[in-house]
Amino acid sequence: MNPLQLSLGFSSILFAVGLTAALARSNSILVLLGLELMLNAANLNFIAFWRYGPAPEAATGVVFVLFAIAVTAAETAVGLALVIAIYRHQHNVRLAEATSLKG
Amino acid sequence: MNAALIAIALVTIGAAVIALSCRNLLHSVLLLAGSWTGVAAFFLWAGAEFAAFAQVLVYVGAISMVVLFAVLLTRRSREDSAPGPAVRGRAGWALGTGGLVAVVLLVAVGGTAPAVSPSPPPVLTVRQIGEQLMGPQAAALLAVGVLLTAALLGAVVLAAAGRPGNGKDQP
Repeated sequence: MNPLQLSLGFSSILFAVGLTAALARSNSILVLLGLELMLNAANLNFIAFWRYGPAPEAATGVVFVLFAIAVTAAETAVGLALVIAIYRHQHNVRLAEATSLKG
Repeated sequence: MNAALIAIALVTIGAAVIALSCRNLLHSVLLLAGSWTGVAAFFLWAGAEFAAFAQVLVYVGAISMVVLFAVLLTRRSREDSAPGPAVRGRAGWALGTGGLVAVVLLVAVGGTAPAVSPSPPPVLTVRQIGEQLMGPQAAALLAVGVLLTAALLGAVVLAAAGRPGNGKDQP
């Protein structure tokens, strides 16, 4: 296997771990952390293709990763604020009980 | 070269698996900080030093602290109760789905042999990144700035909302 395939395999496994956590856990903070892990796996792909791509001088992969990190930071801030708001209303952070907006 | 990559991958994935399967949320967050450090180590290995430093600053420094505060603010004892059969069933389905996704991705990655340019690691200076950000990507940089400002203001509004009388359960 060449290093690009190894990097892509690494990011695939990391993505699957994050997906499993986001689906399996009932604590909303852990679901959010699983999402973070999936986004990190996407960033790994950007860097891997930039490193082994045909034109690594263009810096596009690194710039894309910087923007992705910024967007992820915003997403985490809003998500954790939502978790705190849910906790204030129902005194726990379990997703299965956050049904007060369900139609 | 490949041995370092495999070591980084094993440490990162191991930390992530342990973090997302353990019951103590504090341990989860601290182990995930280790996992994010592993991702930063991969960026360093691939020659993207600037992305690695951004990863350490934003993830290991800021996001883990914010998540830690959220864990401490929403702490309660029922989190340690035993999982019911519905939770177990869902965990089984989730494991199956995650395993299936992993198998599909790994088969796809292993089946295609992408052309790799066997070049030395590309040299990317901070000056080049700055010229990219200030030149062709300036509009995107501005948009990200607006997005971050709006998101953080919205987060403050969401987390601080509520009548002043019902704050007795807050620590």
